[in-house]
Amino acid sequence: MNMRFYRTTMKEEGNSANRPSNTAFTQQRLPAWQPMLSAGVVIPGFLLIGLAFIGIGVGLLITSRSIQVLELDYTGTETSSPCYQCTMSNQSNCVCKLSFSIGTLFKGPVFFYYGLTNYFQNQRKYGVSKDFNQLIGDVSYFKSPSSDCQPYQRVNGKPIVPCGAIANSMFNDTFKLYQIINGKEELVPFDGKGIAWWTDYNIKYRNPDYTPLKNAFNDTEKPVFWTKPAYELDTSDASNNGFINQDFLVWMRRAALPNFRKLYRRITEGNYKDGLPAGNYSLEISYNYPVISFEGTKKVTFSNVSWMGGQNEFLGIAYLVIGSMCVVMSVVMLIVYAKFRFPEED
Amino acid sequence: ECNNTCQCEGAGPPQLQKAREKELRSLVSNLPFEGLGKSKQPNRFFKPNAIKTNKYTPLFFIPMNLYEQFHRLANVYFVGLAILNFIPVVNAFQPEVALIPICVIMFLTALKDGWEDFRRYQSDKKLNNMPCLIYSRAAKHYIERRWKDVRVGDFVKVVCNETVPADLLLLHTSDPNNVCHIETSNLDGETNLKQRNALPGLCTSLNVKRFLTFSRNREKPDKEKTGAGIESLLLRGCTVRNTEHAIGFVVYAGHETKSMLNNNGPRYKRSKLERRLNVDVFFCVLLLFIMCLIGSLGHYLWLKNLSDVPSFLVSDSKGHLDSPSLSSFYMFFTMIILLQILIPISLYVSVELVKIGQIFFILTDVDLYDEETDSRVQCRSLNITEDLGQIEYIFSDKTGTLTENKMVFRRCSIMGKDYPHKENANHLALLEETESEENVIFSQSSLSSQASRFDEDSSPVDTHRHGSRHRSKMAVNLIAFLHHQETQVIPDEKLLQQISRSERSSSGISDPYMDFFLALAICNSVVVSMATTQRQRVSSPLHSQKTNNPLESLSVLAKRTGSFWKVFDSPKQNGSSTSAHKRSDDANGVQPRALDPMTLSARPAAASGDVCYEAESPDEAALVYAAKTYGFTLLARTPNSVTVRVPSGEELVFEVLDTLAFDSNRKRMSVLVRHPITGEYVLYTKGADYAIMELLGTPYAGDGQQKKIAADTQYHLDCYAKDGLRTLCITKKIVSSREYQSWLADRKKALAAIDGREELMMASAVQLETELTMLGATGIEDRLQESVPDTITALREAGIKVWVLTGDKPETALNIGYACRLLEEGDLVINMTSVVFQVTCVSILDCTLEEVRRYHEDPRNVDTTQKISLMIDGDTLAIALSPDLQDRFLELAKRCRSVLCCRVTPLQKSRVVKLVRDKLKVMTLAVGDGANDVNMIQVADVGIGISGQEGMQAVMASDFAITRFKHLKKLLLVHGHWCHTRLANMIIYFFYKNAAYVNLLFWYQFYCGFSGTAMIDYWLMIFFNLFFTSTPPIMFGIMDKDVSAEMLMGVPELYRTGQGSGEYNFRTFWISMLDAFYQSLVCFFVPYLAYQGSDVDIFTFGTPLNTSSLFIILLHLGIEIKSWTVVHWIIMLGSVALYFIVTLAYSAICVTCNPPSNPYWILQNQMADPMFYLICIISTVVALLPRIARDLSELKSTPSFKYCLPFVFLSSFLIQIHIQALCIRQFLYKGNTKTLYIHQTTHE
Repeated sequence: MNMRFYRTTMKEEGNSANRPSNTAFTQQRLPAWQPMLSAGVVIPGFLLIGLAFIGIGVGLLITSRSIQVLELDYTGTETSSPCYQCTMSNQSNCVCKLSFSIGTLFKGPVFFYYGLTNYFQNQRKYGVSKDFNQLIGDVSYFKSPSSDCQPYQRVNGKPIVPCGAIANSMFNDTFKLYQIINGKEELVPFDGKGIAWWTDYNIKYRNPDYTPLKNAFNDTEKPVFWTKPAYELDTSDASNNGFINQDFLVWMRRAALPNFRKLYRRITEGNYKDGLPAGNYSLEISYNYPVISFEGTKKVTFSNVSWMGGQNEFLGIAYLVIGSMCVVMSVVMLIVYAKFRFPEED
Repeated sequence: ECNNTCQCEGAGPPQLQKAREKELRSLVSNLPFEGLGKSKQPNRFFKPNAIKTNKYTPLFFIPMNLYEQFHRLANVYFVGLAILNFIPVVNAFQPEVALIPICVIMFLTALKDGWEDFRRYQSDKKLNNMPCLIYSRAAKHYIERRWKDVRVGDFVKVVCNETVPADLLLLHTSDPNNVCHIETSNLDGETNLKQRNALPGLCTSLNVKRFLTFSRNREKPDKEKTGAGIESLLLRGCTVRNTEHAIGFVVYAGHETKSMLNNNGPRYKRSKLERRLNVDVFFCVLLLFIMCLIGSLGHYLWLKNLSDVPSFLVSDSKGHLDSPSLSSFYMFFTMIILLQILIPISLYVSVELVKIGQIFFILTDVDLYDEETDSRVQCRSLNITEDLGQIEYIFSDKTGTLTENKMVFRRCSIMGKDYPHKENANHLALLEETESEENVIFSQSSLSSQASRFDEDSSPVDTHRHGSRHRSKMAVNLIAFLHHQETQVIPDEKLLQQISRSERSSSGISDPYMDFFLALAICNSVVVSMATTQRQRVSSPLHSQKTNNPLESLSVLAKRTGSFWKVFDSPKQNGSSTSAHKRSDDANGVQPRALDPMTLSARPAAASGDVCYEAESPDEAALVYAAKTYGFTLLARTPNSVTVRVPSGEELVFEVLDTLAFDSNRKRMSVLVRHPITGEYVLYTKGADYAIMELLGTPYAGDGQQKKIAADTQYHLDCYAKDGLRTLCITKKIVSSREYQSWLADRKKALAAIDGREELMMASAVQLETELTMLGATGIEDRLQESVPDTITALREAGIKVWVLTGDKPETALNIGYACRLLEEGDLVINMTSVVFQVTCVSILDCTLEEVRRYHEDPRNVDTTQKISLMIDGDTLAIALSPDLQDRFLELAKRCRSVLCCRVTPLQKSRVVKLVRDKLKVMTLAVGDGANDVNMIQVADVGIGISGQEGMQAVMASDFAITRFKHLKKLLLVHGHWCHTRLANMIIYFFYKNAAYVNLLFWYQFYCGFSGTAMIDYWLMIFFNLFFTSTPPIMFGIMDKDVSAEMLMGVPELYRTGQGSGEYNFRTFWISMLDAFYQSLVCFFVPYLAYQGSDVDIFTFGTPLNTSSLFIILLHLGIEIKSWTVVHWIIMLGSVALYFIVTLAYSAICVTCNPPSNPYWILQNQMADPMFYLICIISTVVALLPRIARDLSELKSTPSFKYCLPFVFLSSFLIQIHIQALCIRQFLYKGNTKTLYIHQTTHE
């Protein structure tokens, strides 16, 4: 007690110039929360988390189950496949038809995807091979595309627009869906608007300010694999032409994994607004895109979507498993706790 | 007109003629050349006095700093990688991006270096511009110039309290004896005054002109050589004290001065943890290599399996594709670039930052602050804080480390008769009771005078040595002040009577009693300084306020120390009030000598108060004060004379013919004086008993009396030693005139010698110190420091073995050993002292070893702790340390709980430490306070200096400096433990963090054809490591508290966790690496399975990976953090917030700023999707499950519950895996059914 008294008087006199400041921070005495795991916290905690996870898991599973998915492979590797002959030779404009039937109403809006497997859009050098400045509509880059675009930078001395491997390898199969009603084929209308990201369509990609658009492409060459230049991708609709063509945008957004699907169209119009009714259908495919060379497959997918996107049961199962594990654990812990703890407390 | 040359000798092998030519310099005075052009200056080849310690210049800072930084292997590695990235065939990122991390790291380092350098520059500038006086021939007097203007060959005048600007050869001082007092506290921290003598025979007047006409050479006109040794050299940085002015000739300037040459910059030590860290970095390199190899191989196989060239395979500009083997070779390097952060680039910088933080907390600890000297703990080595937590052996000095080193005269034996000074003992015991209160008072008043002193010399001397900003403060604190309660001795009545008797009988001339006290007063190096001189000493509070009226000073004192009285007013202290009054009298300079009217009358009280002693060692001061008590007051000391007032009141002036200074080989010192009355040459020698006893002669009549005296004295000495007193023998020798003359000739030769001067000097000293006559012996008490026993007990409980190495006698050491509880009653003490032959030593070692082994193998002793202690002396130690015996010695010492080595030399101390450190492979700590501990401190893994009474050499050599031994407890048990655990955990976490993150990229390679694609934007990836996850581990490393300080102090056993390999070892490292692999697997495959087959794009896929990885990494740390303070919360939440803010801003702003990577609006899109959150939650939870399980298994509960939990977890984990496998199978099965081949028609 005496000591304390002297210390304070000394402080007042300011004599201990070197005395470290006696604050909670410098003395490492800041009030601290020490998370102590105790049975009283852990058991209810686990139970609550487990129940919450089970709830989420059930919700996810139900949602996933409610999603209808129909996948049709049309690679044509098997001889029985209607597209078999298209794989045979280099014939252009090969068309094959795929028939299938739907037993019950396929609830709308139905999304129509094309899918590729074993296709590595995430290949590093492939991914680099594009010129953003071209794609944002900067005409100066039309003349001299970025060297990233190699080897699809120039052809015959002329710059390629849009340059690069990604644009060059754009998926070019087209599809038409018919419902067979009384033996007659009725075209199911496809909606190709808004299938790309809004930001891609409005911000990241721009057409150069030229009317007609064709003028901007003077002295440029279309990508090697393309049958028509960029400004003729959809001549019927100016807002879906050039770099802001929806199919082009969808393709340019590179898939993360080698087995992927990409949105082709939505079925939202006319009689099919509520979905595809039960019945027989025929899918007319103009078969252009080569996949045999790298042992890939092509498919189309019909799917309706929910808040969680497409069908995927993994997440629901994972939540259920972890949730139930937590519940089981908390119960086991409770039993162990009751068995070993309570008697000792008495 | 005059060729004044001065040859100054430098150190070095003299046989090398060439080198010698360089080391010998011929100096010529600048004065004749004043005003001439630069090329005419004779000393133009010597360095000027301006100093430049900054490494860089503003213009070349960048290249020079880069050059400096590239000395670090890590930096070279990372720059190499960045350069690799510029090679198109192997690059993984855009080349510029890869440069960012290394640039940021190097920029930060450069910033730090630049700032430090700027500070050096500033202090240099300040120093260079300090004023000084240089003689100018033109002006005919000293004119004020700057330090930087001083040149070799100048004449410089230094006035009192000024700092010496360069190394000066002292030519003249204002002192009539031509001596100059200096204080070297800026050089070595010693604050006692040292005398320097002007070069004899050169000048006696102030007139510098006469120098010029005088052949101012070391060769005097008669060609007799005059040795100019260190005693006439004023070193740069010293302060002139007690001397009005001194004039010197500049012999070395600037960087060639001794202080600058000795200034080697900060010490660099590598901690044990860092060595381990480097091994693990190597493991990481290996791991990286394997991963890259897998990547390269995978790429090869992937390419091989492609039968044709698909559209996603990009060829080079000419459409040519590399062969699979070549591109997989390139891929190896790409992978290195991509996965480089597996080698934690920022780890080294972070470790440095953490250590700075840790040191900050050590420095600010109020418990390690000493009020008495107003000093904190000092950290002189910045990078071995964590070693404090791993100490296994402590080697401690005794004097000044375990004890106060405040010497108190306790008793003496004269002519074989013991004078026990019983009152003295009682008085000291009383003092001890009220010690704590008094300490406060004295520190208070001493502090105030210190403060005034500090103001007075607020010179920039503190900046003179760079890198230690506490220097000047430290120096101020280090004054060997002696409190009056310690200097005061209550005289033994019998002895007083004896003295008065002998004074009457033989008129005080050649009586052994008189001789004894004269020897005490004369035979020392104590300097007398008058308290009235400018230099305010802190030696005793009563000196700062001198009045002739005792009452007045009493009131002043009372006012100042009002608290003092409070103590005595309190009823508790009533018992000691008499002693208190006694002391308050004493505080007024009135010695309580009322007991003895004789001495009181002989010495006017006021005059006695004026004397103030400055001793190099506290022992000497204690003896001088003791002599003073008996009326033999040392009044003045000059190089040539000593003035002593004897009890009769007469002032005797002894002519000092020579002083044979103390050295650790002779272990004694002597003073040769001529007695003013008898005219005899008298040699007084004092020293350690074993150094003296063998030199005794029998000049007193040759009968057995002298022998008996010696035997009795030896007996008393042994008794004193058993009481733990420090003993000294006092002897006398009367030297005949003839003997003296012949000796003087030898002595002069030795003095003038240049080669082997030391040896010759010693030989001449030994030559004289023979045939001594025993006068008596003294016992000086050195009290234990407070709470030394507690500290030693705590350290022992912490699993640290404490060895005490002392130069004292075995008996003294043993006594202290028991007093500080190093040894305990009932301990088995193996005594290995005074073993002369190796054979004996071997047999003792073997026997005891056998005995000790038997003791340990005895089943009854399994549970008991080792209770064996070893006691060994210097001679035996020398044998035991011989190469063929050292293993046996260590084997024995290892099994002993404590080891006491006595009578050891400084060199032996360091040999012992080195042996234990190297052979037993343990972490050693040496703690000591004196120059004799320096070797040991430097050899040990951690050297701790105690800034006590014996100067600063130990502190200068140490890694940490403390003021009290008891501070060691908190320093080791709390700070050591914390620093170690914090840093160990931080490093482990760092490795984990980088591995966990990098593996995400690695797993992705399996799905992108091993092409080196990153699914996270490069910038965000770099930010992730640099900003989002870098501060939490640093904060963790600085602030985490696994156990509270109270707990660590209370349960010293907790310290054992850090010993040996500590918390950062092979196991913990690989467990965390495995955890990193597991977590990255979860973090990658949960999103992978969730997004499988969907239309997700690369960065959309990468965003939940990145985000959940952030959560996992931070929450992992959250689990590791044991106590959360506000700072923790702010930094953890701040990191998360920073991640989202930066990423959101970046993805909103950057449309084309970072081609071809483009994360535009990705996170925004993801954050609008509930799936994103669900994925992040589940992967975080699953990834952290093992960690949580581990923590649950440590749940505070009954043991059975604790042991059950792992099984619970194991079983539920197995169940989980089983269910998951089932689900996945089902899932895959379903997936297959969904794929329709044409012609098949299914109904959903």
